[in-house]
Amino acid sequence: MSTPRFYDEMRGQKGAILPHYAQYSQWLEKMPPERIVQKRHEAEVTFHRVGITFAVYGEEAGSERLIPFDIIPRIIPANEWAVLEAGIKQRVRALNLFLHDIYHEQNILKAGVIEPEKVLANDQYRPVMRGLNLPGNVYAHIAGIDIVRAGSGEFYVLEDNLRVPSGVSYMVENRKMMMRLFPELFGAQPIAPVEHYPDLLLDTLLAVAPAGVSNPTVVLLTPGSYNSAYFEHTFLAQQMGIELVEGVDLMVRDSMVYMRTTRGPQRVHVIYRRVDDDFLDPQVFRPDSMLGVPGLMQAYQAGNVTLANAIGTGVADDKSMYVHVPDMIRFYLSEEPILKNVHTWQLRNPEDRSYVLDHLSTLVVKEVHGSGGYGMLIGPAATRPELSAFRERILATPEKYIAQPTLCLSTCPTFVEAGIAPRHVDLRPFVLSGPEPRIVPGGLTRVAIKEGSLVVNSSQGGGTKDTWVMEQ
Amino acid sequence: MLSRSANDLFWMSRNVERAENVARMLDVTYRMSLLPYRVVETGEKWAEPWALPLVITGLATSFYQANETLTAENMIRFMVFDAANPSSIHSLLQSARENARGQRGELTSEMWESINSTWIEFRGLDYERLLARGVSEFFDWVKTRSHLFRGVTVGTMRRDEGYHFTRLGTHLERADNTARILDVKYHTLLPTVDDVGGAVDYYQWGSLLRSVGAFESYRKIYRDAITPYRVAELLILRLDMPRSLHFCMVETFNILCSLAHAERLEPERLAGEIQSQLHYGRIEKVFETGLHEYLMAFLDRIETLNIAINKYFLVPDYA
Repeated sequence: MSTPRFYDEMRGQKGAILPHYAQYSQWLEKMPPERIVQKRHEAEVTFHRVGITFAVYGEEAGSERLIPFDIIPRIIPANEWAVLEAGIKQRVRALNLFLHDIYHEQNILKAGVIEPEKVLANDQYRPVMRGLNLPGNVYAHIAGIDIVRAGSGEFYVLEDNLRVPSGVSYMVENRKMMMRLFPELFGAQPIAPVEHYPDLLLDTLLAVAPAGVSNPTVVLLTPGSYNSAYFEHTFLAQQMGIELVEGVDLMVRDSMVYMRTTRGPQRVHVIYRRVDDDFLDPQVFRPDSMLGVPGLMQAYQAGNVTLANAIGTGVADDKSMYVHVPDMIRFYLSEEPILKNVHTWQLRNPEDRSYVLDHLSTLVVKEVHGSGGYGMLIGPAATRPELSAFRERILATPEKYIAQPTLCLSTCPTFVEAGIAPRHVDLRPFVLSGPEPRIVPGGLTRVAIKEGSLVVNSSQGGGTKDTWVMEQ
Repeated sequence: MLSRSANDLFWMSRNVERAENVARMLDVTYRMSLLPYRVVETGEKWAEPWALPLVITGLATSFYQANETLTAENMIRFMVFDAANPSSIHSLLQSARENARGQRGELTSEMWESINSTWIEFRGLDYERLLARGVSEFFDWVKTRSHLFRGVTVGTMRRDEGYHFTRLGTHLERADNTARILDVKYHTLLPTVDDVGGAVDYYQWGSLLRSVGAFESYRKIYRDAITPYRVAELLILRLDMPRSLHFCMVETFNILCSLAHAERLEPERLAGEIQSQLHYGRIEKVFETGLHEYLMAFLDRIETLNIAINKYFLVPDYA
């Protein structure tokens, strides 16, 4: 293998196998190619049979696809994980404090750290949340923090996902698959387990139930079987042993939420909702929503039900607020940020805008509210007409966009048709916030299967890998 | 459990059972169409064997909207592959799989894999492949997949509410089907009891028994010529026949007893009423009332029961 241009998870920058990959790479070298082929096939058959699929928007209704699974793990050494873990927890702590603050005293705005208008006029700022006190003051109970490694190997936070982050089922299922295919690997090395994530999640949800409820009932609210993450919803509900409900299964009576059961109405105390704010309650948000529960907001404001995540977290994970997270950490925690942000130009600022328009072909431009890799421009990969079309869009509504340098994302060896080749990866660890933030050592590693591609989203043909955090 | 989950499980097993019954009905029709003689020369359209599925399912209007002539090919395309026909095997297997997909958490993985692979295999078929495979072989395959699914259900599912609702769907659907098939056969093909006897009669009633898998049982029990009287007795009153009305309603009653509680006793009461009428009924009485009238009254009663099951369990109407 030639020396990679990018930082490689297995070989670093210099090309020699890094110590935390030594054992795995010896094992891989000894592995006969036909066994690898057979194991990859086995993985695919199992994923299909079990139905670990996701729906793709814009294709035939109800079409299901497998997310390509790569059998070479992404390995993170213990010392690097310790930094990541501390950095991510610090970040989520600050974000929760920020959310509480902007819906209460607004100290950070008063102190002039962030322009008030940027927060208060944001679409995702929910005035209905003003002054509402939540159990434990937690807003983002479940957060997915997207991390990339770039340049000579330093980690950056690319994005905070505080609304309804998904992907955690793949973290757990990928591990199960690896253990099933190659049990011998797990006996030989201290790989931190991740399969207890559903237990920690349930524990977190129970901990934030309305005060005074001794045996709270938790449910998972899904938009339904046509949602792209439906498999994950069924998986988590099943693993936690809770009901998977749709909006039609819930009703509100006297400001309390009930589910419709074969034994009559049953009270619900905590809703792990995988439905966006806008669709939760047609009486308060989008009146055309069929996915929500009329009156839910009323029950929520009365403190009779906890929503996880809380309503109104979107204001903190939007890409225009991202630039301020380091300031939030300094403001609320009086600490220096452990993890770096990627430099970000805000196109609402005239100076930033003119720089970005001059350098469009070298930058990545994203929609402030976009997600899933939809509606972004990757300058170096874009054609001339694409660039000029995007330029028009930016000029029309600059406040909707931010730009970042095109990062040299790290690569990880990956099976592709031509054999093993480096492909770009990112990492999404999941943080659970009850009284304290907790994190399962690992996360979802996504990989861009196309050569040279930097887009890892499953909706854009990305795949996943098992992620190993070494315990020592 | 959630009412919506119970409803999905109930319909999942109903749809599988119905697909099996459609396959049985088509299989018998196909076999009858191969016989070297013409059936009763009444001159009426439904005397044609391929009209039988339309009479039983009540789908004649929609069939003739899509097809000009009644042929074996048109009928198979309509009742097996037509996605626009809600009673086609295609629609039923798809609905069953959708019901199951929404309730993955309530099923065992073997149940899901069974229903999912049935659907995947069915999607690989079309009319030409079905012919190549053999018409009866295909219907056998549908029956076998239904048997497998039911077996996996009984063999792997925890005996909780979900199980009871799943089994409830099977038995109510089966009772409904047996009543309909008996009624249609009796009325359309042999208008009077005087027609009893003769080769036509033998094949007609023999095929009815085969369509509900009861031909061998009949022989064992009666060791005699096949008469409508006894066929009716076998399929209405015998408690040892798993597709008889009596058997299905005893199962339904028992299931509803396990599900009943507090203010939800009405479905159990209704089922109890129906099953005791069957339990203490005599076939002479049935024929005195008139078989058709009797069966229509039965279908009305299970419809009332269905409404109560919806109201109290599956689609509760509290605000």
